[in-house]
Amino acid sequence: MIGPRRFVNIGPNVNPLIPAKHDGLVNSLSQLPEPGNPPRNLWADARRRFFRNKAATISLVVLTLIILACIIGPWVLPFDFDAADWDAMSAAPSITNGHYWGTDDSGRDLLVRSLMGGRISLMVGVLATVASVTVGIAWGAVAGFMGGKVDGFMMRIVDMMYAIPYLLIAILLVTILGREFYLVVITITAFSWMDMARIVRGQTLSLRSREYVEAARSIGVPTLRIISSHIVPNLLGIVVIYTTVTVPGVILTESVLSFLGLGIQEPMTSWGVLIADGTKVMDVSPWILLFPGALLSITLYCFNFIGDGMRDALDPKDR
Amino acid sequence: MATAPMHLMEVKQLGVKFKTPDGLVSAVNGISFTLDRGETLGIVGESGSGKSQSVLAMMGLLATNGQATGQVLYLGQDLISMPKADLNRIRGNRVAMIFQDPMTSLNPYLTVERQMTEVLEFHKGMSRKDARVKAVQALDAVKMPEAARRIGMYPHEFSGGMRQRVMIAMALLCEPDVLIADEPTTALDVTVQAQILILMRELQRDFGTAIVMITHDLGVVAGLCDEVMVLYGGQVMEQANADAIFYRPSHPYTAGLLAAVPRLEGGDAPMLAIPGAPPNMAKLPAGCPFTERCAMALPKCGTERPPFAPAAHDAQVLRACHLGIDDVTRNLERLKMEQGARA
Amino acid sequence: MTDALTPNQPLLAVKDLRVHFPIRGDNAWPWTPTRFLKAVDGVSFELRAGETLGIVGESGCGKSTLARALLNLVPITDGSVVWNGDEMRGASAQAWQAKRKAVQMIFQDPLASLDPRMTVAQIIGEPLRTHVPGLSNAEHNERVLAMMLRVGLTAQQINRYPHEFSGGQCQRIGIARALILKPKVVICDEPVSALDVSIQAQIINLLKELQAEMGLALIFIAHDLAVVKHISQRVMVMYLGRAMELAQKHALYDSPSHPYTQALLSAIPVPDPRVERGKSLQLLQGDLPSPINPPSGCVFRTRCPKAIAECALAVPALRVITTETQSACILS
Repeated sequence: MIGPRRFVNIGPNVNPLIPAKHDGLVNSLSQLPEPGNPPRNLWADARRRFFRNKAATISLVVLTLIILACIIGPWVLPFDFDAADWDAMSAAPSITNGHYWGTDDSGRDLLVRSLMGGRISLMVGVLATVASVTVGIAWGAVAGFMGGKVDGFMMRIVDMMYAIPYLLIAILLVTILGREFYLVVITITAFSWMDMARIVRGQTLSLRSREYVEAARSIGVPTLRIISSHIVPNLLGIVVIYTTVTVPGVILTESVLSFLGLGIQEPMTSWGVLIADGTKVMDVSPWILLFPGALLSITLYCFNFIGDGMRDALDPKDR
Repeated sequence: MATAPMHLMEVKQLGVKFKTPDGLVSAVNGISFTLDRGETLGIVGESGSGKSQSVLAMMGLLATNGQATGQVLYLGQDLISMPKADLNRIRGNRVAMIFQDPMTSLNPYLTVERQMTEVLEFHKGMSRKDARVKAVQALDAVKMPEAARRIGMYPHEFSGGMRQRVMIAMALLCEPDVLIADEPTTALDVTVQAQILILMRELQRDFGTAIVMITHDLGVVAGLCDEVMVLYGGQVMEQANADAIFYRPSHPYTAGLLAAVPRLEGGDAPMLAIPGAPPNMAKLPAGCPFTERCAMALPKCGTERPPFAPAAHDAQVLRACHLGIDDVTRNLERLKMEQGARA
Repeated sequence: MTDALTPNQPLLAVKDLRVHFPIRGDNAWPWTPTRFLKAVDGVSFELRAGETLGIVGESGCGKSTLARALLNLVPITDGSVVWNGDEMRGASAQAWQAKRKAVQMIFQDPLASLDPRMTVAQIIGEPLRTHVPGLSNAEHNERVLAMMLRVGLTAQQINRYPHEFSGGQCQRIGIARALILKPKVVICDEPVSALDVSIQAQIINLLKELQAEMGLALIFIAHDLAVVKHISQRVMVMYLGRAMELAQKHALYDSPSHPYTQALLSAIPVPDPRVERGKSLQLLQGDLPSPINPPSGCVFRTRCPKAIAECALAVPALRVITTETQSACILS
């Protein structure tokens, strides 16, 4: 009845619907699979694109090294982070006495303290990020999908949170509740979830009107299933990107709080505390400021480059 | 021996290559044509045929990773190798272009007047006031109602058809010799398209502009173009005058396209589908790019690129096919009969 | 609720359907009266089993909104929509859910109508999972695979993602998804507008084959009259939310009654130089009026070359001219 067909599938071809990108006509064509090749996952695609980005790849390596150093370093190095070396108070960096980064005014080895501080800063960063991303996604997805008055109400709360000066609240909270580790995390979370909420809400709104969501409705897929199988998987790209951008913001917030004396308590230390100490003696012992400051800066740069890399790798326009 | 008169525009072996992360991809491969005053050339092709890229190359508008080869001679000067400053004096002035989507081709933040007077101020050195007068005249010429009042409006306040008229008016401000139209009516409704096409015909008649019309719509080509070039996979399949292309197509692709177009007139004969999908430009076969979809391909079509040469049956027709026109016509009849038997 | 049709009962009977969208700026004062965008403003037609009704019109005529209203994807403001004998306007979500098994839709943008994060198998299988959840895995996969092969895809592509396919292949996936439940009616919303000419013919031929094989009724929406001619038995021409003409195919194309149909037909460029250059065009002047404030009486009168004073007085109803033609023009 139908006869021999001449559909020759020599690999998928120019998709007439994907408009040529301005900076290159056929960038992704030759990557299309031939029959017999394994199917190409979008995440695998993204991984390839990420590793093609030199800055992002180098940043990933550097960041991994820093994290490893922060975890392993304090065990491996001979000095304790709070042990005072009476022979070397405010000593400049030297190879001979073992204090590669020098000591602070109490004789504590700066390298170990920086790495310990890194542990705290990174841990606060990760925990606060995870918490704020979770809250943000939940808030944004609900607001975006419900729409109407619920959406309006939830987003006005977000606006109010933006309007509140977080430093004042942080001071209040610290004064009332104390400076425990988990309280610092909570305070930072309380002021970092709004960005993710807005972004997730925006993305949900745009996904809601996509044709494939309309197609799912026309098939009769129930609403919950639409959210779980169509909306959420398509949110993940944006969420991943903005998470990598949230982390440096959170670390910086923690550093600011600590710098102002509202964050981590002695004898625990974080980069912010170290920088605060360093600024006090900046003119006589600059290394106390420089080394932790450099470590913080490099970490933040790494996160930013990785975030950029992820954004380019997961750019929906490239599909 | 008298030298041949110089053509208004002469394109010789135009090629466009793109540097992609996966190597050099050839989007256009060997286009040549000549154009004189008052002539219209239609460039027909589907997605991926390279038609848009070829005219972008002619205007020097290629993306940064694209490079054009060959020659595009406007009155003897090669536009491809010209320095930017000289090219800018010709673009918009002697050779103008209109694009497919008027909404994105007009600056949404400037009034129509500003965008039009800008052209005149730059190319003709006119003052703002004189330019405005000329701009209103141009809008009148494209039959825009209430031109003097509407010239101060922003692009989003116009409908699609009106915006396209603005584009045409802008292109004609400096009375160019050549107008390149890249799918100017594809985004418009059919009744509006009819108006625009009539407008273009009239303008050509009144100003003598030569037109290069890029389109995928064979009906538009039939109404407007004298010469037709059929592209596939960046290469020219057939190039001839309109009558030859439409009434005696000599290439399997041209014939296939004509058979695949849904027709208003004629009976309910089913359309003859061309199997397969547009080509992967990064992986073209060594021979004819149409091979994998050609129902009458010979074994050598995939390996040996057919020479682009005058046809045996008519020297005015240029084609690139290993088969002769008789074979093509016969095969096509056979396919139509098979299709009719199946239905 | 009846599922059985008496022989003469149409599958779908639409009477005076209206879809009006309220327009109010977000910043409007609460007492500003709401204006309405009249996307569909009184359309009536019937569809019988196995037939194809083509709905044609230019942009802004409301054909896409009409398609979505038939499936309750946009709320119906007024009028009646009777599927299989059941009045569906105001029906509950469960009632619509039951109907959706028998009425499916194919969309205009082939790539955008497929979830980019789902594989082809998941996309085609989604209707099965929704309406026939009790199927065993093996049977589910078998039906998905059978459908894929039927529309011209190959078995190796079963785990590919939509972006790896060309436009024509994406549309085949869309067709497979729409047909896997063996519906009675398929609403095709401009299924070939975004495809190249050579691919359009493939898809239209495929749809015709599947229609013949599965006994489908099609509602084929397009802006291209030439495409519609190849697949429809009856054609309805819409303008600004109203039906201008509804006729059997030959009557419409050979002797159109309504001035708008005549203008449309003459405006279509014909791939034949002698015909194209020699034809006399009926040009429509002016622009499409605003659907928020349509002209009184016949909405087409502002651009109609034959408009007379009476045209502004009352909205002309779609009335029977011959057994084959209905036209909404008082001059027909």
